[in-house]
Amino acid sequence: MSQEKTENKYLVKIEHERLSFFTPVGEVKALNDVSFTMKDGEVLGIVGESGSGKSVTAYSLMGLTAYPGKLIGGSLDFNGHHINDMTEAEFRQIRGNEISIIFQDPMTSLNPVYTVGNQIEEVIRLHTDKNKAEARERAKELLTLVGINEPEKRLKQYPHELSGGMRQRVMIAIALACEPKLLIADEPTTALDVTIQAQILELMMELRDKLGMAIIMITHDLGIVASMCEKIAVMYAGRIVEYGTTDDIFYNPKHEYTKGLIKSIPRLDAKDHERLVPIEGTPVDMLNPPAGCPFAPRCDNCMKICLREMPPVTYFSDVHYTQCWLNQKAEFEAAAAGKEGADE
Amino acid sequence: MSDYLVEVEHLQKHFPVRGGGFGKNKKVVQALDDLTFGIKRGETLGMVGESGCGKTTAGRTILRLHEPTSGRIIYDGDVLFDKDKKIAVNMLPYRKKMQIVFQDPYASLDPRMTVGDIVGEPIDIHNLCSSKQERYEKIIGLLEKVGLNSEHANRYPHEFSGGQRQRVGIARALAVDPQFIVCDEPISALDVSIQAQVINMFEDLQEQMGLTYLFIAHDLSVVKHISDRIVVMYLGRMVELADSYELTMHCMHPYTRSLVSAIPIADPKQARASKRIILEGDVPSPIDPPSGCRFRTRCPYADERCAAEVPEFKEVTSGHFVACHHLDRVK
Repeated sequence: MSQEKTENKYLVKIEHERLSFFTPVGEVKALNDVSFTMKDGEVLGIVGESGSGKSVTAYSLMGLTAYPGKLIGGSLDFNGHHINDMTEAEFRQIRGNEISIIFQDPMTSLNPVYTVGNQIEEVIRLHTDKNKAEARERAKELLTLVGINEPEKRLKQYPHELSGGMRQRVMIAIALACEPKLLIADEPTTALDVTIQAQILELMMELRDKLGMAIIMITHDLGIVASMCEKIAVMYAGRIVEYGTTDDIFYNPKHEYTKGLIKSIPRLDAKDHERLVPIEGTPVDMLNPPAGCPFAPRCDNCMKICLREMPPVTYFSDVHYTQCWLNQKAEFEAAAAGKEGADE
Repeated sequence: MSDYLVEVEHLQKHFPVRGGGFGKNKKVVQALDDLTFGIKRGETLGMVGESGCGKTTAGRTILRLHEPTSGRIIYDGDVLFDKDKKIAVNMLPYRKKMQIVFQDPYASLDPRMTVGDIVGEPIDIHNLCSSKQERYEKIIGLLEKVGLNSEHANRYPHEFSGGQRQRVGIARALAVDPQFIVCDEPISALDVSIQAQVINMFEDLQEQMGLTYLFIAHDLSVVKHISDRIVVMYLGRMVELADSYELTMHCMHPYTRSLVSAIPIADPKQARASKRIILEGDVPSPIDPPSGCRFRTRCPYADERCAAEVPEFKEVTSGHFVACHHLDRVK
């Protein structure tokens, strides 16, 4: 299906993005050379630990990385807009309209002094020429769409009167108010219980099928990306260390960090009492990142070159790539062996 | 001597809520109702449930950090609390045997104390060391046991990452050489790659020191990994208790079934093949819980009987306890 539309323009195209936060204690290089593309209706999962730059990547598409964050290199394109040159006023045109976001914590991201209805209508009235009555009608539709009963009554309620799952549904309703082309979900279920999480994820996938929007799913839970996403970007210390289809990442991981992550999570279907294989060490200090590969200090198969130089990108297929010297080594050895074979 | 190190019988904890006033009945949050189980020596009992189901209250009430409303707590044959016989012993000697590791390593360490003093505080309280030198050595020994080293002793908590702080919390719990530790969601605030390190450490310590754990978490796959037996809680009541493999593979209670199926599987092929049981609605308020079976408002099998009678928590197969009226239909 996606192969048929290869000449189709990308919805999102990020090339060599670099972004730093200039803090009083020094420059934090939050993003180092991040590149990826997304097509219409695609679901991309970004996984990584806290501080790896997953949220910053998505936020920069919306212009939400304000001072002390600064884009210092690369180009970002979204749906025909060149993000690099956009002013705040132009961002305001697309936020909530073409691109919208669901934040992690529904408890704090809704305004406590406005009713739910008020907050949904605000987005609708800002981006469309609907009048008050029409906006209310649309808000009611949206609440029904996200599975809230008695929408009429809920519109008049304040966020504190709703449960966590319900608030997250309201957040989704606000995000979907103008049928965006891209929905960014920043750990949308981390603050919720497992059974409520299942409801919300189910709802998001249903809505994607119905409305055909693309989704960037930011999470640290590999289980969530396995069931929802088509492509996965694994981030570590501000870089995409591995990118590929969901099957590539889970069944054929190439980067040591990805392998470690997959091995370190306890599985429910494990029969015996297997010992977990943790990734030793602690996450990178982003103020003083190591010179070479950022993962090298924690990597079991670290080589000398890993500590000195950043590895180049190795491609395994059109979509599957990684940044790791070990793969270069394998390739080099294969080439050397082939050469020897030819000589003989 | 019984097999069980810790036993609780019909343990109940109700918290009064503000409001009520003259002439009105004061409302209570029924955080914990009719908790009855035993934890064997050297065993890890896992406890899972959603937020507000009373897991944390259970852990704290067993240690009498919350005074129980009613019920009985027995530790190693000694009755610590018995409402009917009006027994409530002084807990100080037992604090040396029962310890707790808290959920949030950012909030549970005093920011103005050095790590050495934090770990040393229980030693001071119980007068475990006679000299300064002995105390210092003991602290260093504890820090090394949890994978830190002597130079960390003079630093403050803010200089540590989340995983390291949780290690400090664990070292503090180990300072008195306890037999029983309540682990109250010790890994949910940590990064995925760090979680496995801490889980392994809990297992190693258990092996070395013969510890008994009550391991509380909301993540069933973690609990399954570390526990010998698991108890599932819903709205203050136990709904199912079984061996951990039995519980995850052959669960019987409709709530456990949906809980197991709701866990995202980190395997794309299985995830595509599996069918989730999606529960409707939210957890009701524990101030005014549903009558009869507390799960009935979200249960697909519920009928009039569930509203009228509280289901008995009974043994269905050996060691597998369930509280449900409709087990035959659930299968």
